[in-house]
Amino acid sequence: MALAGVASVFALLPLGYLAVRALERGPGYAWELVATERTASLLGRSLGLTAVVVAACLVLGVSLAWLTVRTDLPGARFWSVLVTLPLAVPSYVAAFTWLSAAPGLAGFTGAALALTLVSFPYVYLPVTAALRATDPAQEEASRSLGLGPVRTFLRVTLPQLRPAAAGGGLLVALYVLSDFGAVSLMRYDTFTRAIHTSYRASFDRTPAAALSVVLVVMTVLLVAAEARTRGRAGHARTGTGTARPALPAALGRWRAPALAWCGAVTALAVVLPLGTLGYWLAAGSSATWDPARLAQTAWATLGVAAAGAALTTVLALPVGVIAARHRGRAARLLEQTAYAGHALPGITVALALVFLAVRYAHPLYQELPLLVAAYAVLFLPVAVAATRAAVLQAPPVLEDVARSLGRSPLRALREVTVPLAAPGVAAGAALTFVVCMKELPATLLLRPTGMDTLATRLWTETGAGAFAAAAPYAAALILLAAVPSYLLGRHRT
Amino acid sequence: MRRLPARRRLAALAAAALVLPAAAACGGDGQGDPGDDSALVIYSGRNEKLVKPILDQVEKAVGTKVEVRYGDSAELAAQILEEGDRSEAALFFSQDAGALGALSKEGRLEKLPEKTLGKVDPSYRSGKGDWTGVSGRARVIAYNPDKTAKAPDSVHDVTGAKWKGEVGYAPTNASFQAFVTGMRVLEGDDATRDWLKDLKANGAKEYANNLAVLDAVDSGEVSLGLINHYYWYERVAEKGDDAVTAKLHFLPGGDPGALVNVAGAGVLEGSGQSEQARKAVDFLLSEKAQTYFAEETKEYPLAAGVDPQTEDLPPLDSLDSPEIDLGELDSLQETLAMLQDVGMV
Repeated sequence: MALAGVASVFALLPLGYLAVRALERGPGYAWELVATERTASLLGRSLGLTAVVVAACLVLGVSLAWLTVRTDLPGARFWSVLVTLPLAVPSYVAAFTWLSAAPGLAGFTGAALALTLVSFPYVYLPVTAALRATDPAQEEASRSLGLGPVRTFLRVTLPQLRPAAAGGGLLVALYVLSDFGAVSLMRYDTFTRAIHTSYRASFDRTPAAALSVVLVVMTVLLVAAEARTRGRAGHARTGTGTARPALPAALGRWRAPALAWCGAVTALAVVLPLGTLGYWLAAGSSATWDPARLAQTAWATLGVAAAGAALTTVLALPVGVIAARHRGRAARLLEQTAYAGHALPGITVALALVFLAVRYAHPLYQELPLLVAAYAVLFLPVAVAATRAAVLQAPPVLEDVARSLGRSPLRALREVTVPLAAPGVAAGAALTFVVCMKELPATLLLRPTGMDTLATRLWTETGAGAFAAAAPYAAALILLAAVPSYLLGRHRT
Repeated sequence: MRRLPARRRLAALAAAALVLPAAAACGGDGQGDPGDDSALVIYSGRNEKLVKPILDQVEKAVGTKVEVRYGDSAELAAQILEEGDRSEAALFFSQDAGALGALSKEGRLEKLPEKTLGKVDPSYRSGKGDWTGVSGRARVIAYNPDKTAKAPDSVHDVTGAKWKGEVGYAPTNASFQAFVTGMRVLEGDDATRDWLKDLKANGAKEYANNLAVLDAVDSGEVSLGLINHYYWYERVAEKGDDAVTAKLHFLPGGDPGALVNVAGAGVLEGSGQSEQARKAVDFLLSEKAQTYFAEETKEYPLAAGVDPQTEDLPPLDSLDSPEIDLGELDSLQETLAMLQDVGMV
């Protein structure tokens, strides 16, 4: 409970800062900044992009999850690993590779494409887990009652996947709202890009803060909408049935199109960015290689990302458990605060921590702990979503049994729930690890002077126009992030 | 029984996540120690790849340890403002005049000694005397000689029918935006908005950055490109003279397309390191550093008495750049609103 409190304080830090900054010159001024036609138009653009990307991610994520888990798709395991790899590709790298392949894509199409291709695994992963966990008996009953495979999928399977898909969709939505890299390269103006531009153009933090508050409001609405979609569905099997894999559906004449679908997605989301990087690696002279520095940077990146993932997971654990097991208003509020920082652009969160650390934790300023804390603020929802889903699938009846056998609530949690939810929680940690590795704006402002991560090196090299020199860092980032992504793809619950 | 190995793998990963940070903390570099009050902290908005060699020499010139924090000029300026008077930064080395102007406006910069200011032509430093340009960067038109024998003499010509679909530019680039701001100062908002609309209507092609524009000119994708001069010299240095088709045209007659902007430095108020920071500014204006900028980053040295060594680079005083107070380029917000208005960014 204390930890949950710490987590929510963490998540609320940027909000406190935003309130201070936005109201610096009075609420009237802040309102004047926000209540403009441009705000409305940017909001429309951001929401439009979010809607399209979320819809596309749902189609990609659910279809691929069903194909790889529930059908006799040839090489299902191979595909299930491949389609999680895009997680390792930072949005700015995806956008850059797309632009260099097809400059005409710039704008809405390019931004939507790049963001969809890097974020659909957020839907794929939880839906896969849900598909593996649901009892196939209902589907078999549906088939035996004469419904075809498509109608069975739509009427029986899909409703069971709704909570998982909605949770993944929420993460995608928040990711799109906060993304700066892809939209900026694709020159598609969104809310987050306007916030960046505002810092850049006027160095005036009040307008940027006022606009950020709008993003926070949007987040709260999105989280509330997702909670509605999720409904009151219970996910754990309550009967005594044994876990049994579903019989794979025969694809028949759909085998070739299904393979083409998986192949096309993989080609666009994995092969294209890697291919472009390969081209740059080949184009670069050996002078651009600095293996010692690359290794040192990679090691530092692993260190901070691991620390970030560890702290985030520890903080997310109580929030996730409470969100899964309690239905009260307080529990919902706690979960929603955890999401608050996630839709904010990295620079806003970073400046909030600059502001607070300089005043109240000066010795920590520009030291590793503060950077790690920033990761926790930014990525708490990723870990919370994974934890909540994992705890939901641990039958609460087992906790009740433990309680009836005289275990204290805490002990029941430790001895029953945590071990059952552990793989899911670990998967969440791996996912957080990947997103920490890719983070750029907060890392730039908060890292200790002289420290580099792969993402900041990538930024340095491309800033000097040296794409060939940047390629090894991009490749290392993708390869290292691919390891946990690979494990996530192999992960079976 | 497939689930056990997977679970074990993930558990191992989680364990690694707990162990690694400790390892990284021990093995990490000892730099960035905030307790080290004697070190001169420089916030550099200029790219590490470009300026590290010369900043490494500041240490010797100033006589104290130097720590450099690299970042984006605008974000570092915002960071300095957010840090307030507890900022550890003693010197801000900015990629453009705008970020320095913002710090100046908030009263965060100290006035520089007359001796230092005297080295630089007044048009390349702050009117308040609290920052100075260190190197100059000229706007030019790059052209492809295979497609056109002669580049136009004014940016106003590139919106003509002759260049329909043949002009490349980078609307999100800070230098392009500073140039548009310059045009607004020189010719007014209405004329500038009309020019931007005409440029877009003429099918000018947008690119991600100046290098992409230059590449497009080089490959003949477009005939003309609006860029900064040093990109061309960098490409020539990287690929060799023969491998670069594009040529540069420096515009005559004080055309807005010939604006000379600066990268510069300012000393921060209340860092307790003012003296060292001022010495560092002097070093950046020394012959050694100025020669570095001329030879390595292919920019114009701004300190009097230092001549550029680069072949083919016309001397700064031979350029016919528009008369403009760089301090007036701080109305970037309005420029961005205009660019958004015409649909360029």
